[in-house]
Amino acid sequence: MLKYSLKRLLSAVPTLFLLITFAFFLIRIAPGGPFDSERALPPEIEANLEAKYHLDEALPLQYLRYMWQIAQLDFGPSFHYLDWTVNDLIAQGAPVSFALGGLALLLALAIGVPIGAWAALRQNRVADYTVMSIAMIGISIPNFVMAPLLILLFAITLGWLPAGGWAFTPSRMALPVVTLALPMIAYIARITRGAMIEVLRSSFIRTARAKGMPEKTILFQHALKPALLPVISYLGPAAAAILTGSVVVERIFTIPGIGSYFVQGALNRDYTLVMGVVILYGVLIILFNFLVDLVYAWLDPRIRYDEQEA
Amino acid sequence: MSEVTRDAFDRALDTRNVRGRSLYIDAWHRLLKNKAAVTALIVLSLMVVLVIIGPMLSNWDHEIPDWEHYSTPPSLETGHLFGTDALGRDLFVRTLIGGRISLLVGLVATLVSLIIGISYGAVAGFLGGRVDNLMMRFVDGIYAMPFMFFVIVLMVVFGRNIFLIFVAIGAINWLDMARIVRGQTLSLKNKDFVEAARASGATEFHIIRRHIIPNLLGVVIVYVTLTIPQVILVESFLSFLGLGVQEPLTSWGALVNEGAQELETAPWSLLFPACFLAATLFAFNFLGDGLRDALDPKDRF
Repeated sequence: MLKYSLKRLLSAVPTLFLLITFAFFLIRIAPGGPFDSERALPPEIEANLEAKYHLDEALPLQYLRYMWQIAQLDFGPSFHYLDWTVNDLIAQGAPVSFALGGLALLLALAIGVPIGAWAALRQNRVADYTVMSIAMIGISIPNFVMAPLLILLFAITLGWLPAGGWAFTPSRMALPVVTLALPMIAYIARITRGAMIEVLRSSFIRTARAKGMPEKTILFQHALKPALLPVISYLGPAAAAILTGSVVVERIFTIPGIGSYFVQGALNRDYTLVMGVVILYGVLIILFNFLVDLVYAWLDPRIRYDEQEA
Repeated sequence: MSEVTRDAFDRALDTRNVRGRSLYIDAWHRLLKNKAAVTALIVLSLMVVLVIIGPMLSNWDHEIPDWEHYSTPPSLETGHLFGTDALGRDLFVRTLIGGRISLLVGLVATLVSLIIGISYGAVAGFLGGRVDNLMMRFVDGIYAMPFMFFVIVLMVVFGRNIFLIFVAIGAINWLDMARIVRGQTLSLKNKDFVEAARASGATEFHIIRRHIIPNLLGVVIVYVTLTIPQVILVESFLSFLGLGVQEPLTSWGALVNEGAQELETAPWSLLFPACFLAATLFAFNFLGDGLRDALDPKDRF
C-alpha cells in the first residue's frame, strides 16, 4: 500500500505541472491586463507597475520565475488587492470555504446513505418511489435556483434565518450548507439504493440469510460495506462538485470564501490570484481522488493495488 | 400426434411468419411501459414545440420593452402571461427564447462531446495495448483538473461568445464518454459473437458496423440523455455568474440570475424560468433513467 501511495503521489506531479502550465499561458493570452481601468494610467506609471511585477519580461522568463516561486509555495502578490499576497487571500478565504464544503459533504453522507438504504429495503414500494422521485427533484434543481428559493422562504417570508453574510454560527451557516448539500444528498441516496439492491441480491447475502443470521446483522455487517463502495467512488467527483457549487453559493449568500475570490480575480485579470486558486483546487481534487482510492481498497479487500502492479 | 397439433406446430415453425424483434424495438416497448419515462418524453416534446413556436405566437418581443408595464406581475389583462421584468420586457417570450438557447447549447455541446468522446474511446478500446494505456492515462490526467475553473477563465478571456460556450462545455464533457465507450469496446471486442463473426469470414469493417456499433449505441443513447441536462446546467451556471449568454439574448440561467436579484419585489421573474429549467432537467433525467432500464440487458426479466 505504501508503495502504491508513493507512486500515486509521484504521478500527481506531472498532472500538476501540466495544470499550472496550461493555466499560466491561458490567462496570459487574455486580452487586457491587470492594470486596465476606466482611466488610463500615464505610461510611465504603467511601465513602473509592470516592472515591479516583472510583467515587462519575456513570457518564458515570467513562466520560469513563477514556477520557481510556486516550488517555494509562494503564490506571489495579488495584482488587484494591493498590499495583499495571494497566500494571505487564500489563508483568509480557505477556512470559510472548507467549513462550508466539509459540512455540506458530511450532511449529505449522514442523510443520503440512510435514505438510500431505506429505499432499497422497500424496493418498488410506495416509499421507494416517493423517496426516489424527491431525490430526482433534488438533482434537477440546480444550486443557484435552490438558493434564492430557500432565501425567499426562510429569510424573507418566514424571517427565521439571515439571507446572507458569513459567521461561524449555526444560523449563518444553515442555509448555505443545506443548499450545497441538497443535490448531493439526492445523488448519494440514489447511488446507495442502487448498490444496496444489487448487494442484497448477491449470493453471500442469500447464504447469510440461509444460515439464519439476524436481518440486522446481515444489513449492517455484510450488506452496507460493499454497498458503500460506489458512494465512496462518487466522493471524488463530489469534491469537484462542491468546489464549483461553492462558487455559486458563496456568491448568492455573499460569503467571503475562495470561490468569490476566484470569480472576482478572473474578472479583474488578477493573474496570480486566479492561478493560486486554480492550483489549490487542482491539488484538492488530486488529493481527494487519492484518498477515495485508499478508502476503496480498505473497504474492499479484493482490491489490492500493489499486487496488480506486480 | 393428431392432425390439429401438427398443424399448429407447422404454423409455429413457419419462419416466414416470424419477424425478428431487434434489441431496440424490445427496448422501445419496455420504455413505453415506464410511465415516468413516457411522461418525461411528452414534457420534453411539448417543451421543444413551445420554445420554437411560442415566441412567434406572442405579441411581444424578447428585446423590445412594453413602455407601460415595468415589473408587473403575471396577468391576462396586460397580456403578459408571465409578467414583465424591470425593463418592461415580456417574461413569457424571454423564458421561451432563453429555452431555445439552453436547449440548443444542451444539444450542440453534447454533440461535440459525443464526437470527441466516441472517436477517442473507440480508437483506444479497439487498438488496445500500449496506445490504449497512453490514451487513458492522458484522460486520467486531465480528469484531475478543475475544469469548471478553466471554463470560467476561458469565458472571461475570450469574451462571451456563444460558440465558445458550445466548444468549451463539449470539450470538458467528452472525458466520461471516452471512458465509457472505451470500456464497452474493449469488452465487446473479445466477445464470442465477434469471434464467431471473424471465424465465419466477416471483415473488420463488417464487425465494427454490424456488431460493435449497434452494441455501443445503447450505452451512448443513455449517456447522451444524461449529458444534455448536465450541459444545460453548466451553461446556466455560467450565465448565472454573468459569463454565459449576453444581452439581448438570454438563457434560463441568465433569467434565473436576473430573477434572483429582484427576488423580493418580483418573485415571478425567478419562478417561471426556474420552473422551466427544473422541469426540463427533471424530464431529461427521468428519460435517461427509463432508457437505462429499458436498454440494460441485466434487468431483462
